[in-house]
Amino acid sequence: MEPVFIIATLSYMLSCACYFGYLFFQKPILQRTAVGLMAAGFALHTISLVALGIRAGHFPVNNLHETLSVTGWAIAAVFLAFFLRYKLKVLGIYAAPLITLVMIAAYQMPRPMSQDPQLLKSWWLAAHIITIFLGNAAFALACGLGMLYLLQENTIKKKTRGFFFSRLPSLDLLDTTGYASIVVGFSMITIGLITGVVYAKAIWGRFWSWDPKEVWSAITWLFYAALLHERLTVGWRGRRAAIMAIIGFGVILFTFFGVNFLLQGHHGTFTAM
Amino acid sequence: MRDIVLLGLNHKTASVDVRECIAFTAEETDRALAMLRDNPTIGESILFSTCNRIELLMAVDEREAAVAIAKQFIAEFKKIPLSQFENALYQYVGDEAVRHTLQVAASLDSMVVGEPQILGQMKEAYRKATVEKTSGVILNKLLHRTFFVAKKVRTETGIGDHAVSISYAAIELGKKIFGDLQGKRVMLIGAGEMAELAVEHLIRNRVGTITVANRTFSRGVELANRFNGKAIKFEEIIGFINDVDIVISSTGANDYVLRKGQIKTAMKNRRNRSLFFIDIAVPRDIDPDINRIYNAYVYDIDDLKGIVDENMEDRNREAVKAQRIIDEAVIGFRKWVDTLKVVPTIVSLRGKVEAMAQQELEKTMVSLGHLSESDKRTIERMTGALVNKILHEPTDFLKKDGCRGNKSVALDLTRKLFNLEENN
Repeated sequence: MEPVFIIATLSYMLSCACYFGYLFFQKPILQRTAVGLMAAGFALHTISLVALGIRAGHFPVNNLHETLSVTGWAIAAVFLAFFLRYKLKVLGIYAAPLITLVMIAAYQMPRPMSQDPQLLKSWWLAAHIITIFLGNAAFALACGLGMLYLLQENTIKKKTRGFFFSRLPSLDLLDTTGYASIVVGFSMITIGLITGVVYAKAIWGRFWSWDPKEVWSAITWLFYAALLHERLTVGWRGRRAAIMAIIGFGVILFTFFGVNFLLQGHHGTFTAM
Repeated sequence: MRDIVLLGLNHKTASVDVRECIAFTAEETDRALAMLRDNPTIGESILFSTCNRIELLMAVDEREAAVAIAKQFIAEFKKIPLSQFENALYQYVGDEAVRHTLQVAASLDSMVVGEPQILGQMKEAYRKATVEKTSGVILNKLLHRTFFVAKKVRTETGIGDHAVSISYAAIELGKKIFGDLQGKRVMLIGAGEMAELAVEHLIRNRVGTITVANRTFSRGVELANRFNGKAIKFEEIIGFINDVDIVISSTGANDYVLRKGQIKTAMKNRRNRSLFFIDIAVPRDIDPDINRIYNAYVYDIDDLKGIVDENMEDRNREAVKAQRIIDEAVIGFRKWVDTLKVVPTIVSLRGKVEAMAQQELEKTMVSLGHLSESDKRTIERMTGALVNKILHEPTDFLKKDGCRGNKSVALDLTRKLFNLEENN
């Protein structure tokens, strides 16, 4: 399904270009085209992933190429869902380039065969992978929304206005959607961690083995749990919430890639190169 | 061929007391239009009067006579000697009149460039003229064209973007903080024209309850009644800060009314929900350091003025683009006006009919190959004579004064009847 993958990547790229055009020229047609291209890319991407999964007989997260591809797919899925829910047009400026970069990176990666395909054949595992990826994608969007929030807040506080003031939506909308994406992300990774632990019991015979991946996943979960707790109790919103969303995504990136490359956990096979 | 003539005065040429004297009320406009319609020298007319301008747009056969009559008419109608306002009058003819009309409608000639009301006022003036039947072929076309161009200017340039008054600038900012102002609660501290105007704008944006705090409690109650809100004592302000989203302050106090420490505590109590301060007072009421607190935003009068100035500059830059659109429209309109001249119309009418005759003749001749040369020439002669006979009466009608004074109607009709191109 290589050609479909490439066409999907090109759609994302064009969508990215349209979003940049929209940022500068503010023509609604560019934004509509961008979303259309994004949706088309997502549909093709889905087809390519399903085909890959059927051929391999299991979920396509065998090596870094496949893992990145699923990452891009998850971000596109969450972005499109949020777009439908909140009509937040400007977020594409962040999501489209991110997806495009992830796809290009995926394309560049070598594709070694899986070490132990038997490991991957389980519904628990599929649930674990899908929820974790969608959760991380939601956190990626929360990070983007946090950055947009800081940009807009800065223009309002400094009273400079300029390029972004008219182009970015209100602080309230950015804050609300950022919060919503953290709630979605947190629910997803909670389910993801539970299914992961259950799966670990099934395959390794114990729920928890203090593997670095497990430890860092727990840290990530606790981080976002604390963030949500503070928002609900003392009202961590606005600037502070935006900064925490960005830091949180840094923690995610480390859990996702850093652990695999630096600390050697049992998830190494998913990022094999 | 009729000339388009525009006679008028505006805020640049006439002082407000002159404009007040000459302004036509709606009822006066109706009456004036009826009188202009009955005047044979004024072919078509539209009278447009707002607080910043009075313009009389006409299509006339004899320009100088018409201008003199129109001036006299205004003086007599408004019972003011002509000498009092003649210097303030400007007069445009032909392309210049068209250009001026377009500029006015596109709000390039307004006191606040880009303000949107002018187009609606102009449409109303045109509606009156159509009701009174003072507008004819030329002015109808011009006004339709004008409305189209004005709309184009508004959509294709940023001339109407961004606020150019203090209170609108504050509301624009509020929308960037809160998204929607609906249901947001407002506190007004003190009183003053600009602050009250801002509150009125906010009410128009469907904000929630208005709380009024005034040092003189009775004055506060009075204002609260006006805004359908509630009055509180001046000492109660800090307690009520927890429950509001927007604070407009305009007191005569020499010292800050609200300080950073107070708001810092208040922000904790309100769980960091955004709080927007609009400080219209000089000297300032709101400690500017409050702007440093997370989720609290302070804009004072100078900040708002800065925004207004910047927006004004933006509009002036956009006005250059608008001018280009208008220049194109003037050229387009000129082309249409030219088609209403007698000679070109007759020429293109003749050309069209002759071309049709020639085409049919050629088609027929193909199947009549057996005819001799002289027979063919006879048929050609007959065709030519037919064309001449058919065109004789219409040509005569257009050349002479067959259409009782208003040639443009007849010319326009001729063009439509024979579907003549505008540009030949």
